[in-house]
Amino acid sequence: MSDKKLGKAGCFYDIYERSATANKDVTHYCPGCGHGVLHKLIAEAIDDFGIREKTILISPVGCSVFAYYYFRVGNIQCAHGRAPAVATGIKRVYPQSIVISYQGDGDLAAIGGNNILQAANRGENITVFFVNNAIYGMTGGQMAPTTLIGQKTTTTPRGRSQINEGYPMKIAELFSALEAPVYIERVALTDPKNTNKVRRAVRKALKTQMENKGFSLVEVLSACPSGWKMSSVQAKEWIDEAMVKHFPLGVFKDRTEEVQPSEAKRHVFNADDLHKKLDIPQNIQASREIRRTASSNIGQNARIIIAGFGGQGILLLGVGLAQAGMQAGYQVSWIPSYGPEMRGGTANCHVNLSDKRIGSPIVSKPDVLIVMNLPSLDKFEDCVQAGGLIVYDTSLIKKSPRRMDVSALGIPATEIADELGNARVANMVMLGALIAETSIIDKEVVFDALPDFIKRKNLISLNKQAIEKGIEFADSLVSVA
Amino acid sequence: MADDNGLIKAKVVVNEDECKGCELCISACPEKVLFLQKHFNRLGYHPAGYTGDGCTGCGYCFYQCPEPGAITVFKKGYIEMEVC
Amino acid sequence: MPRQLIKGNEAVVKGAILAGCRFFFGYPITPASEIAEAAAYYMPLAGGTFLQAESEIASINMVYGAASGGVRAMTASSSPGISLKQEGISYCAGSELPLVVIDIMRGGPGLGNIAPEQSDYNQMVKGGGHGNYKLLVLAPNSAQEMCDLTMLAFELADMYQNPAVVLADGFVGQMMEPVKFPQPVKKLEDKPWAIHADKDDEFRLISSIQLEPEILEQHNRHLQAKYARAEQQEVRFEEYQAEDAELILVGYGVVSRILYSAVDNLRAEGLQVGLHRPISLWPFPKRRIAQLAETVDAFLAVELSNGQMVDDVRLAVNGARPVHFYNRMGGMVPSPEEISDHVKKILKA
Ligand SMILES: Cc1ncc(C[n+]2csc(CCOP(=O)(O)OP(=O)(O)O)c2C)c(N)n1
Ligand code: SF4
Ligand code: SF4
Ligand code: SF4
Ligand SMILES: [Mg+2]
Repeated sequence: MSDKKLGKAGCFYDIYERSATANKDVTHYCPGCGHGVLHKLIAEAIDDFGIREKTILISPVGCSVFAYYYFRVGNIQCAHGRAPAVATGIKRVYPQSIVISYQGDGDLAAIGGNNILQAANRGENITVFFVNNAIYGMTGGQMAPTTLIGQKTTTTPRGRSQINEGYPMKIAELFSALEAPVYIERVALTDPKNTNKVRRAVRKALKTQMENKGFSLVEVLSACPSGWKMSSVQAKEWIDEAMVKHFPLGVFKDRTEEVQPSEAKRHVFNADDLHKKLDIPQNIQASREIRRTASSNIGQNARIIIAGFGGQGILLLGVGLAQAGMQAGYQVSWIPSYGPEMRGGTANCHVNLSDKRIGSPIVSKPDVLIVMNLPSLDKFEDCVQAGGLIVYDTSLIKKSPRRMDVSALGIPATEIADELGNARVANMVMLGALIAETSIIDKEVVFDALPDFIKRKNLISLNKQAIEKGIEFADSLVSVA
Repeated sequence: MADDNGLIKAKVVVNEDECKGCELCISACPEKVLFLQKHFNRLGYHPAGYTGDGCTGCGYCFYQCPEPGAITVFKKGYIEMEVC
Repeated sequence: MPRQLIKGNEAVVKGAILAGCRFFFGYPITPASEIAEAAAYYMPLAGGTFLQAESEIASINMVYGAASGGVRAMTASSSPGISLKQEGISYCAGSELPLVVIDIMRGGPGLGNIAPEQSDYNQMVKGGGHGNYKLLVLAPNSAQEMCDLTMLAFELADMYQNPAVVLADGFVGQMMEPVKFPQPVKKLEDKPWAIHADKDDEFRLISSIQLEPEILEQHNRHLQAKYARAEQQEVRFEEYQAEDAELILVGYGVVSRILYSAVDNLRAEGLQVGLHRPISLWPFPKRRIAQLAETVDAFLAVELSNGQMVDDVRLAVNGARPVHFYNRMGGMVPSPEEISDHVKKILKA
């Protein structure tokens, strides 16, 4: 704007095309409404700073729901209270943009309380203009979190009482207790002097964002003559006389000098090397796929249940089996019992290794049951298919399976693992015993697969040893027989 | 209209069509040169008006007014733009 | 391309990134948390953003903001969290924003439990928020499809400028299976309606508000026309042994996997039973089911909910044939044998 002329800001549309009212050259605000004044101050600052093209305004729900009618910027209108979340979303997409979250007291302090609190606490590099008019203007003058004690509204017909409704919420004070915000000030749209302070605060808040310094919030005490049932001039006086007493004006937080500007790196879409970045295997281990033993005696579709205590590596045993099974050329699936059950309680998982497409990944009648504690044996023994196999850890299960129509392989897996120096690899001892007993997967394939399911490289050789021990044990039984 | 130094004098222009007669400008004007007019504008408000003399161009009225285009203040020494 | 043994939930994230999504906003909840965790790990590696929001309400609104910027963005949750997202989803549909929501359903109502259910069918397929809108809903039944249908969801969302949903149950999310990941989407089309933080923005508005009833009705008609187009073009289903079937089992998600096994078992006993598995729950394959109703004797809808999908089957069959219903709830999942027994009961009756 020319310094010699104060007139309609270029940031306002010439004609408010989107306005539903008949008049497209005046705002929809009531006479004397603070929203209009604040709009002008924001528009002027946007013009003066030359940031119109990169400014994005989030219109809230409240009387300023139609702020987008007026501002010649990128406009997003959103749900009640959610402007800070929406602002966060778009700011993350365009860190170089200027994002304004414009909100009323119902929108910000009531329904959207957590959204603004968290955006402030994250230190989003956005600017929040918070219009505190101590009332719900748009819906016809109901109580707001900022309504003063004794103030009559349509939902506090006898005046707000701290006993029923609590005290008016001091947003500027509350938010300045957070570490992240950079600039928080409360100002009032009253006389020219105070209005000039609003103007300065608006500019400072936008500057803070332009300099990538972080979150700023300007709380603006603002007149709602309609909601307050006052003339515009009376309303202005009421701010000075009543509101300012409870909502003192001033700067509550200002770290603009101390904070280091962050880098506002523009997001660039890049799809190069994605498979690598996503840890997607680069090349086929074709040689492995043929290393599958043909003489598996479990049949073409092995349905396996593995069960024990949480912490015994039950799920990992299943993953290992599935991983090796996949590399051996099977169709595979693994499905865990999941959730709190895993914590301390029992754990089980279902694995399918099949030559055909796998239907149900859930195993109801296992061909193989691998159990590492007694409750699991008790729980699953009955459902094993006739002719199936039970592999159980005799270190922890001191009785033999009852079933006479299944084969059973008992192995002191935990003791064997303990001898190796770590009882936790008992699961791999069990795996070794299983592959030896069933020939379902060649041991070389399992060894090949180890790095894919044992993430800690230094544990791979121990796990390999455990598998070998399991195989040895099972083979020794076979030779005895 | 020029002042003693030959500079064009400050003035205020109210766009009556956009005025909502809230009187905020009037109450803020230190020179008391704004007033509410008798007639109604198309919106049904008594629009604000300028007495025609005494505006210092302080801009108070502009920053009090909620309407983006209702008030324009021309400061001392402004250059009148050609409007066609 | 080699296969990777991977959890459905993780396959979602890799699929999303391959589809060009670079913005994820979420909130932890079992059994969907692995999605947020994988996104937290991989999004930054792919040059994207992961943010754990303060709630599901915040996360869907962050997605609203990001999608307004024309990028591919997503969120994921499970049933209770989805309930919270419904307001935001309605706004997204009203504002015609393309984005993807993943729902890994768990037991309800209320806090329920974390075991698999399919009881979000109504809130996703019928539109759980306010207003006349539809979501494009895809129901994977394998880890591979968790990847593929997530990628498809992004395509559909952009094509229809509408939220798309991947609706899976806890088992499909938690299950590990081999997945072949496709090549990434290399370039995304510009969205001329979106906010770009540049000079063209002055004419752009993302909004769902429209005060004038005439215009809001027009907008609604426009949405309905869009949905009608989707109903013509986006129906997806799979059938198994359906050609000569006398009884058709209908089920989606993990249930459909159980039903394959049941069909195999029943066929082995000489019973002519087949499977129809809707992949798109909306648009629902109603014409195909109506067609099947001309040749089969009966249907059996199986679901992990109280009779939600079966309503759509009944609407499609429209009384032409009996539609039987079998369900489990609360995280209980039927075995193939249980289904087979039930089918035999029906066939005997
Ligand atoms: C979810 C939801 N709840 C309630 C409403 C109704 N509503 C619209 S505006 C509003 C209050 C706005 O008050 P405030 O934020 O103080 O803005 P003001 O109008 O005072 O500027 C309410 C409750 C809504 N639109 N959406
Ligand atoms: S109701 Fe109050 S806040 Fe709303 S436009 Fe009128 S004066 Fe402004
Ligand atoms: S510019 Fe100052 S002196 Fe002139 S009318 Fe406005 S308030 Fe009065
Ligand atoms: S402040 Fe503006 S709207 Fe109010 S009376 Fe003055 S010119 Fe008119
Ligand atoms: Mg208010």
